Amino acid sequence: MNQAQIEIQLVAAIVAAACALPGCFLVLRRMALISDAISHTVLLGIVLAFMVVGDLHSPLLLIGAAAVGVLTVFLIEALLRTGRVKEDAAIALVFPALFSIGIILISQNFRGVHLDTDVVLLGELAFAPFSRVEVLGASLPRGVAVMGAVLLVNTILLLVFYKELKVATFDRALAASLGFAPALLTYGLTASVSVTAVGAFEYVGSVLVVALMIAPPAAAYLLTNRLSWMLGLSVLIAVASALIGYWVARAFNLNLAGTMATIAGLCFMVALVFAPERGLLSRASLRRRRRARFAVEMLVMHLSRHENTEHEETENTAAHLTDDLMWTPAFAQATVRHASGQGLLVEADGVLRLTGPGRELAVQVEAR
Amino acid sequence: MDIWGAISQLFTDYTLRNVALGALALGAVSGIVSVYAVLRRQSLMGDVMSHAALPGIVIAFLITGARAPLPLFIGALVAGLIGLGLMHVITTQTRVKVDSAQGVVLAAFFGFGLALLSWALRQNNAQHAGINHFLFGQAAATVEGDVILIASVGAAALAVVTLFWKEFKLVSFDPGYARTQGMRVGLMDALMTALLIVVVTVGLQTVGVVLMSAMVVAPGAAARQWTNRFGPMMLLASAFGALAGLIGALISSSKAGLPTGPVIVLAASVIVLLSLLFAPERGLVWDRLRRRRMDKRFHEDAALEALAVMASHHGSAGHAHSLAAVEAYAGPGARRALRALEGRGLAQRSGSGRWALTAEGEAAARPLIERGRVMEVDGVPLDVRAQGVQA
Repeated sequence: MNQAQIEIQLVAAIVAAACALPGCFLVLRRMALISDAISHTVLLGIVLAFMVVGDLHSPLLLIGAAAVGVLTVFLIEALLRTGRVKEDAAIALVFPALFSIGIILISQNFRGVHLDTDVVLLGELAFAPFSRVEVLGASLPRGVAVMGAVLLVNTILLLVFYKELKVATFDRALAASLGFAPALLTYGLTASVSVTAVGAFEYVGSVLVVALMIAPPAAAYLLTNRLSWMLGLSVLIAVASALIGYWVARAFNLNLAGTMATIAGLCFMVALVFAPERGLLSRASLRRRRRARFAVEMLVMHLSRHENTEHEETENTAAHLTDDLMWTPAFAQATVRHASGQGLLVEADGVLRLTGPGRELAVQVEAR
Repeated sequence: MDIWGAISQLFTDYTLRNVALGALALGAVSGIVSVYAVLRRQSLMGDVMSHAALPGIVIAFLITGARAPLPLFIGALVAGLIGLGLMHVITTQTRVKVDSAQGVVLAAFFGFGLALLSWALRQNNAQHAGINHFLFGQAAATVEGDVILIASVGAAALAVVTLFWKEFKLVSFDPGYARTQGMRVGLMDALMTALLIVVVTVGLQTVGVVLMSAMVVAPGAAARQWTNRFGPMMLLASAFGALAGLIGALISSSKAGLPTGPVIVLAASVIVLLSLLFAPERGLVWDRLRRRRMDKRFHEDAALEALAVMASHHGSAGHAHSLAAVEAYAGPGARRALRALEGRGLAQRSGSGRWALTAEGEAAARPLIERGRVMEVDGVPLDVRAQGVQA
């Protein structure tokens, strides 16, 4: 690895971590698509701020973008308050309008300035090492400095307001009654998302911002029930997605941001399928186990009902189960095997007879 | 060139005519699907699907090696439906909510599409012309073939909508009831979404990926303000979409370098804004005016009642009271209310600046007082303020 490669990965990793932190709260508060809206509208903020200061690298651009990000959420909520449109429509109406104004302003005012829709969607991570700044005498890529600062601010805000954010996220009413001003926290979160998005989009574009803000937290959400773990896992998954994405993109000579977004999505898919307890596989096996247990209980009940009656010889046979309980022969056999494996019954002369534990279970089930 | 010049050019300039017709047709078609999106609260689905379609488009492009519309559609449709299925699995099988599922599908699919695209462009260097336009849209490049394509997709969409009119309507408003009627809700859902994907794919090359998502929402949201009926809403939405397309195409052609897609979206946004403000009944402006009128009426009635009640305590109907006394009784809006009453000839100012009822005012106050008497519970008047003044 040469220095440029290390620096690109460093920028990508920092961007990923900075996105994942506020992303957790977006996912938990069901505001995930706000990140999509904001990552587009910050363009307008950048354009407006650029028209004022005339420098694409001025920190004022961050402030302008953050202001427009907050404005986006404010407009969405204002539209919602009128009661005339639903939340999904409010989002879908506000952000394309603001984004359009941004694009029109670009087309009219700065042709030739390096600001176009390609950059907005894709970013240019590969150029990150070329733009450098001096920090404490060391020459750092601008991306490391800027996104490092954003990550630092996000982390500090998270640590300072951890309790408030947690309560406001999981119990809005309680947060309000405790005097935490949930609306203020929402706008604070929005501002944080905006600053992160605008800082990041120069490098990774709006698509990857959305991917990194949503996919890793959503994956972490499938892996844990604890907020602190979710935050940590999100950062881990996001950074891993960025780094794996970098190497995959390099190996196949693909677009960096697109590949990282793909890997982030794949990470989510892995969590979706394999997560313990909440993943598709473990849910399917849980369902299968429950079904088998229920079937065994049904069987035991059936046997106990007909035990010592004149019909015992005909009712309590494996073959009869397919008629009586509407089971397929294979399912009936499997259930009988399960039950005898658990020592609940024995098969003698083709008749199923309950054992002591089997009768006990039948009594228990009946009592339920 | 001004906008009127653009309109006159519409009949002479071949290119402009194509662009305007294309935008108009696209707007009309988008309007139709936007109704379902808005009513089913799936407005963001257009956004998700326009992004999720990309890998399908690129793969179709890679396989056919050309920008032939039909394979690209099929690619987009397949990718969109896969995304839809994935979202369904995520939201029904796990605790991840629909917004996160949409976000993941949107970003991951689009990212995958971009990665594929970067690869495809290197593979097929010579033939990549046009594929970029699917991302950012280029309405100015609309040719007659595109117009015909949009129009035929529109006709097909219209046919599907007409064929499944009742089913789509019921599933949009009450999927639970639709299921009890034996309707295949899942299938209808997928069909409506497929319709959305097709329209979005056609629109991508005109207004681009981000802005297409607005076109399948804005007309429906605007139309919803004007009517409570499904059929008229559909017609209006289609008309609004067409109008936005036409206006956008004309304005953008009137000034050099003005991109068509964003202008169309802004035109649609303005239509939404005007509808929100001025639509009959639901319009916010009428709402505000109604409230103000009611406020005014309330304050005037309160002042009238105050004058009448206080006068009755003095035993003479024409007894005059100071503004402060009326305010104590009828609240801080009393000053303006008294002036309005004076204008209506119900109250008059005596020489010392005190207020009294006229004969007409006395008559007008009587029903109010009566109403006040009615509002007694077990013989105790509810109007506590009157008690206070008496004491």
